[in-house]
Amino acid sequence: MSNEATLHSQQEVMHGAGAHDHHDHEHHDSFISKYVFSMDHKMIAKQFLITGIIWAIIGAFFSVLFRLQLGYPDATFPWLESILGHWAKGGRITPEAYYALVTMHGTILVFFVLTAGLSGTFSNLLIPLQVGARDMASPFMNCLSYWFFFLASMVMMASLFVQTGPASGGWTMYPPLSALGDASIGSKIGVDLWLTSMALFVVSQLLGGLNYISTILNMRTKGMSMTKMPLTIWSFFFTAVLGVLSFPVLLSGFILLLMDRHAGTSFYLSDIFIAGKALANEGGSAILYQHLFWFLGHPEVYIIILPAMGMVSEVLAISSRKPIFGYLAMIGSLFAICILAFLVWAHHMFVTGLNPFLGAFFVLLTLLIAVPSAIKVFNWITTIWKGNIRFTPASLFSIGFVSTFISGGLTGIWLGNSSIDIHLHDTYFVIAHFHIVMGVSAFFGMFAGIYHWFPKMYGRFMNNTLGYIHFWVTLIGAYLIFWPMHYEGMAGMPRRYFDYSTWASFNQFEGLNQFISFVVILVFATQLLFVFNFFYSIFKGRKMTTQNPWKATSLEWTTPIHAGHGNWPGEIPEVHRWAYDYSKDGRDFIPQTEPLGPNESAH
Amino acid sequence: MSGFLAVLVVVLIFIVIFQIAKASEYVSILKGEKKARQQSNRINGFLLIAFLVLGLIGVYYCNDLLKGKILGESASVQGEGVDTLIYVTLAITGVVFVITQIALFAFAFKYQEKEGQKAFYFPHNNKLEVIWTVIPAIALTVLVAFGLKHWFQLTSDAPADAAVVEVTGKQFNWLIRYPGKDGQLGRKATNLIDPAASNEIGVDWNDPLSKDDFQATEVHLVVGKPVKFVIGSRDVIHDVGLPHFRLKMDAVPGIPTTLWFTPKFTTKQMKEKTGNPDFTYEISCDQMCGSGHYSMRGVIVVETQEEYDAWVAKQPTQYSLAHPDAAPAAPAADAKADSTKTVAANIK
Repeated sequence: MSNEATLHSQQEVMHGAGAHDHHDHEHHDSFISKYVFSMDHKMIAKQFLITGIIWAIIGAFFSVLFRLQLGYPDATFPWLESILGHWAKGGRITPEAYYALVTMHGTILVFFVLTAGLSGTFSNLLIPLQVGARDMASPFMNCLSYWFFFLASMVMMASLFVQTGPASGGWTMYPPLSALGDASIGSKIGVDLWLTSMALFVVSQLLGGLNYISTILNMRTKGMSMTKMPLTIWSFFFTAVLGVLSFPVLLSGFILLLMDRHAGTSFYLSDIFIAGKALANEGGSAILYQHLFWFLGHPEVYIIILPAMGMVSEVLAISSRKPIFGYLAMIGSLFAICILAFLVWAHHMFVTGLNPFLGAFFVLLTLLIAVPSAIKVFNWITTIWKGNIRFTPASLFSIGFVSTFISGGLTGIWLGNSSIDIHLHDTYFVIAHFHIVMGVSAFFGMFAGIYHWFPKMYGRFMNNTLGYIHFWVTLIGAYLIFWPMHYEGMAGMPRRYFDYSTWASFNQFEGLNQFISFVVILVFATQLLFVFNFFYSIFKGRKMTTQNPWKATSLEWTTPIHAGHGNWPGEIPEVHRWAYDYSKDGRDFIPQTEPLGPNESAH
Repeated sequence: MSGFLAVLVVVLIFIVIFQIAKASEYVSILKGEKKARQQSNRINGFLLIAFLVLGLIGVYYCNDLLKGKILGESASVQGEGVDTLIYVTLAITGVVFVITQIALFAFAFKYQEKEGQKAFYFPHNNKLEVIWTVIPAIALTVLVAFGLKHWFQLTSDAPADAAVVEVTGKQFNWLIRYPGKDGQLGRKATNLIDPAASNEIGVDWNDPLSKDDFQATEVHLVVGKPVKFVIGSRDVIHDVGLPHFRLKMDAVPGIPTTLWFTPKFTTKQMKEKTGNPDFTYEISCDQMCGSGHYSMRGVIVVETQEEYDAWVAKQPTQYSLAHPDAAPAAPAADAKADSTKTVAANIK
């Protein structure tokens, strides 16, 4: 369906477009249809964002709790008992509680915050606004996508309160540990709730992803060819493709796990003796689950990082007043990452007894990903070279993103090489690597996006000074937390340990662990400052007075400050050029809607 | 009470920061957008370059502080290759790290917005892009080649004369079994496991190969002699982590795995080398296996052939422990005789 046709067919339902003038005063949304079951992509974006922020606070708070244990293993905190009850008897969390916290921290941050909260928010907000569409291809599916996510959230939240606790086998939920209630208290009803929640989450992702893809392919405004789209849209497109192709595989893995748990099947179980008796299960392979899991699990890290890459590209170009360097190379490298993402999953499994010959291919393909990643980094650096950079909080977070992406990406070259991985696998080196490259970086991309598009969302600005404080404490804190962890990993210090004091090889880091925990608390407090800034600015922030505060070229800034459902009153603007004409021919910026001059060449 | 005070202090700090932030926003409105932007640009530009300089100093300082706390020289012959590869990779990624971080922050500082400065319209340059596609590709090819060479060495078959030790993971300790003087492990099956009858592993006593097998609480190895670990699990996935030897292998129920290596130093030598009288080779469980995961510690003692033989001579066979009535506890083996001609284990 062409964009124009969509526009006309939907005019009756939406109150935008040409009909806007007439309907404006008569037609009012009810509270329910405007704020709850909204079909406006902008509102759905805000729903994803605020749900994501709430989850982020919970997930990050969990990390503070288990960092207290790691940093101060001998201390007791009576207040812990008042919030955790018998999970923290005497003010010291139990190993069971520790593992539940670790597992939930991972699940929440990876799926609920950095997948739903990040690409859910910005794909929804920016795809229609930047390609020039009135809404998503299916606003109803979009609404469903959020509410399935909400349901998933509710189920996961409920699992925190059951008697035997939430799932506690690590966010990867490897069987047999996760398959057998006798193996771990968290593998009782906790895992059932976890699997239910994740199944709902997969549904949400598929509804969202299919929508993003069809909107980008079919609903671009007149003149918006694929190569005129901002890089944000390209990154959301590849993100959605990754999700649509890999989440179903994860779901299949979960269904088999559920059947092993309740239907007596043996997909993952074999030769097990537990709770005093041998189980009848024969012939299953615990490694099969890992293949199914990582077939999503690896693309998942790109699902997390690609949207951040896209937004950072956009923000860096705007704040440097320069076109993004190597636009086509940027798309090409996104594409290469997207393809390679499907071909490297077994690098998480080098020490499972994987056939070494097969392992060799995964080494090769994994290290190959460093090439498109390097291209992106060099292109970002060249983008700011000879620019005229304005350090808004968004642009600082973008610079921070590039810095952490380099730091974390380079250690990926270590871990992707199986011979090094055999020493560093499942140590703190891995924790340092993925927290820097997909935790901190993805958050930096998300913060850049929030600070940059906050005016588009709420018609107000966030407080800049708080933004600068937020940035500097977070950047410095993130390095202080994760950089020394590389050394712990080099010493072979395993991850997911409750206590290291009995280990002759790993107890030399007591002081360091304490230091890290202290910084974690400080950084967590600073994030609360950001959350406060966010909610305060929604109501009291400085008002936006011009349509285009950052002097950007892309279409979202041609909409009114408080755009209604349908985004543009009147016709959707036509696009004549790419989104990166900054400082061209002596002009600060040229909007995408401006036709090419008679002697002007396209990029 | 003190908890309440702490919360109060934090809240007060929040309020102070917030008031300052609000005031500075009013000031910037009064000063005008342009002037406020210039000022915050100057401050953040300075902070960026300060972060770069202090950050690089910090990287050096952190290394200085912690380099003595990582493991030192590899204690296995195979681990030497791992260490070499780490150093090569560290050199390459380290150079890239320093160059790119300096470029990033220095450019940000240098090209901050200034009055009259114009950004340079520079959308693409094929030559540059080819350069930074080809150079990383070459560097990575080198790393892949080195890496795979070591990988195939590490995962190659153990030499025929390697000693065999079976390591079985369970929640939450390691069960260690030696094949005894015949050099072959007796058959085992999950449904034969009977802890009450001293049969934690489920050894089939009808298999004649099992009669001389013995179990131990520690792994004892002979220095300089290759050893092959036959690894399994009887409940969930565990992982035999050998940080000093730079090796690791999952213990998967139903799927036996192996790894082999040659220890280079005895435990005693390591105590001297590290200057740490408490030095112990440890087996850590490196795969999340339940609430006792962190306590799943095994000990490896590397010793000379004589010490090893003396130790073996003292170990009763598991068969004798499981059948206390059948036979007097006999020493497992005349280890000297078989230690040089041990053959690969009968895994099944």
